[in-house]
Amino acid sequence: MNYGFTEEQLMIQEICDKIGKEKIVPVREKYDETGDFPWDIVKILSESDIFGVYLPEEYGGMGGGCLDMCIATETLSKYCGGIALAFAATGLGTYPLLLYGSEQQKKKYLPDIASGKKLAAFGLTESNAGSDVGGIQTTAVKKGDYYILNGTKQWITNGGEAEIYSVIASTNKAKGARGLSAFIVEKGTEGFSFGKKENKMGIRASVTRELVFEDCKIPKENILGREGAGFMVSMKTFDKSRPGVAAQALGIAQGALDEAVKFSRQRIQFEKPIASFQGVQFMLADMATKVEAARTLVYQAAREVDLGSKNISKISAMAKMYASDVAMEVTTDAVQILGGSGYMKEYPVEKMMRDAKITQIYEGTNQIQRGIIAMNLIKEGASLE
Amino acid sequence: MNIVVCIKQVPDTTEVRIDPKTNTLIREGVASIINPFDLYAIEEGVRLKEKFGGKVTVISMGPKQVENALREAISLGADEAVLMSDRAFAGSDTLATSLALSEGIRKTGFDVIICGKQAIDGDTAQVGPGIAAHLDIPQITYVKKIESINDGKILAERMVEEGYEVVESTLPVLITVVKEINEPRLPSLKGKMKAKKTEIKIITSEDLGIDKTKIGLDGSPTWVMKIFTPPKKEGGKIFEGSTEEVVAKLVSELQDNLI
Ligand SMILES: Cc1cc2nc3c(=O)[nH]c(=O)nc-3n(C[C@H](O)[C@H](O)[C@H](O)COP(=O)(O)OP(=O)(O)OC[C@H]3O[C@@H](n4cnc5c(N)ncnc54)[C@H](O)[C@@H]3O)c2cc1C
Ligand SMILES: Cc1cc2nc3c(=O)[nH]c(=O)nc-3n(C[C@H](O)[C@H](O)[C@H](O)COP(=O)(O)OP(=O)(O)OC[C@H]3O[C@@H](n4cnc5c(N)ncnc54)[C@H](O)[C@@H]3O)c2cc1C
Repeated sequence: MNYGFTEEQLMIQEICDKIGKEKIVPVREKYDETGDFPWDIVKILSESDIFGVYLPEEYGGMGGGCLDMCIATETLSKYCGGIALAFAATGLGTYPLLLYGSEQQKKKYLPDIASGKKLAAFGLTESNAGSDVGGIQTTAVKKGDYYILNGTKQWITNGGEAEIYSVIASTNKAKGARGLSAFIVEKGTEGFSFGKKENKMGIRASVTRELVFEDCKIPKENILGREGAGFMVSMKTFDKSRPGVAAQALGIAQGALDEAVKFSRQRIQFEKPIASFQGVQFMLADMATKVEAARTLVYQAAREVDLGSKNISKISAMAKMYASDVAMEVTTDAVQILGGSGYMKEYPVEKMMRDAKITQIYEGTNQIQRGIIAMNLIKEGASLE
Repeated sequence: MNIVVCIKQVPDTTEVRIDPKTNTLIREGVASIINPFDLYAIEEGVRLKEKFGGKVTVISMGPKQVENALREAISLGADEAVLMSDRAFAGSDTLATSLALSEGIRKTGFDVIICGKQAIDGDTAQVGPGIAAHLDIPQITYVKKIESINDGKILAERMVEEGYEVVESTLPVLITVVKEINEPRLPSLKGKMKAKKTEIKIITSEDLGIDKTKIGLDGSPTWVMKIFTPPKKEGGKIFEGSTEEVVAKLVSELQDNLI
């Protein structure tokens, strides 16, 4: 297949493929089992310059964009969607800085992220604020040269392991979502600690943890954009990060498809490889077609981001929603094609099925994505009248 | 520190096939890779550079296509690449190969020369020591750890059959390395991009002003009479019974068939 990648994008793919095959495959089962954080793989990714692929050269990045990030995420996720998330979630935590950071903030934080020296994370969700961001209760109160943060963020990917956190807190409760603001908080800041570490169904190599703020004092320069811009920071971040989740889903789906094809050619029943049965063939054909359709949509969304297209919310939501639904279907079918073996931990597809599920949930559930798509359709429709 | 790493491009196979007529390796249809041991040599070179500064030059003697191997070495952290390519080098045995390489290395300058322990195709493990001999510098073979380099001296651990030896030598030195020495890194994106742009310096026998009777077929005293795959060892025989019986059977078997 020729996706019109640049030479550099082909190199990213080649490097991530090598890392996946040689370094991730031998350890993915272990990390899935223990839930430890895969620092050894993170180190390899950083040495290979992967953390900088989507960041500007002036801040130590490789000068690529969203598509470069998606290629890396997809390729790594083919081997382990959980390990790949250390990279992808750093992207989520970095976009607010990239989009709304001042020159000074970018100079301070981006080079260490680009080199992979520091991981980032994005803290939005709370126990009462999931799909409804307006429910955020964490507060940031300005006192002189500082903001004082109080509250608890829940289910934050890379929590505890990352050094740099983009955190959304309310600076004006009365205004609801319009009273939210975005801040950079560094690990080690007084009053900032980590709470419960979740025990999850899938992506177990990724850490999901509480961020706890107790009179956490941060310099007022750490605000991203202006007060009240927090909701917009979040939404614009998601527009650009969702193709990344989509790429994660796509990679997981491709990995499962590859396993299903391999197994079906080897497994003999009724004196024939099961791949010779039309019932299995049709499943494989449908799986492959869906994966390819998802891929086209993901790359298109990423390219729109890189082209600087004006409204990317719709295509971005479509890519995230479709690719993650495909990932769930394809991984489930892969387990089916492997039969009892597919249900066993000796084979990687049961893990892929567990890993796939999260992509339908985070960075906005797929119901929320459908809502975004429909809203945009209606707006576009209205603008034609 | 001037670090030179010698790399050889070899067929990507553990089962080398030999053309029974020409007595040479069959290379058709087999992808080429950097000799696996040389990856450890490159990594050690890059680590020395990272520790002591300086540069890593990779050098290889071989046909034009070896450029790919040299570019890969750049993507793994080497700084410069030299390809010694000339029809006059063709047919060199290990003596001629190491002479030619030593002349090439003389041109680039060196403090530490690193070779792989052996090539997986030729398998002689002679080229490294040969280079050291031609350059008249000390050599430490089968190095599994460089303990230290300072004051113009190197301290290294070399593998021997029952353990290891610690050897000290003055610089410049040639070492050959075993797999235990490090874990080679994977190529980086920056390295790959640099590798694409890097100019590979080509050196011919003319450039070296080398005596042509000492390289290539003419310079190779080794003549290959015959190359063959040794027959597989057949399974042994186990005698059963009392000690006396077994010994008697063994003695008669030896007398009848083997002596
Ligand atoms: C493993 C993991 C990692 C995460 N990482 C992060 C992170 O790094 N940073 C971060 O900020 N958050 C993170 N989250 C949180 C995640 O983004 C939320 O879980 C997600 O947005 C959904 O919120 P919720 O779980 O509260 O579900 P709810 O909002 O309570 O939704 C429950 C159900 O109701 C549906 N629903 C809700 N509202 C509507 C509606 N208006 N219309 C139709 N259906 C609706 C939902 O689709 C869902 O099916 C993570 C979550 C998990 C599980
Ligand atoms: C008996 C014999 C006859 C041969 N006859 C011919 C012939 O007629 N025609 C022919 O083309 N070849 C011939 N060869 C092959 C050729 O001589 C060897 O491949 C070559 O000299 C390297 O030896 P090796 O493969 O044993 O490497 P080794 O000595 O095992 O390699 C050790 C290390 O030396 C370095 N090194 C080896 N070769 C090179 C190189 N070319 N460039 C840079 N570094 C290197 C590497 O660091 C390597 O890890 C012959 C080999 C032998 C043993």
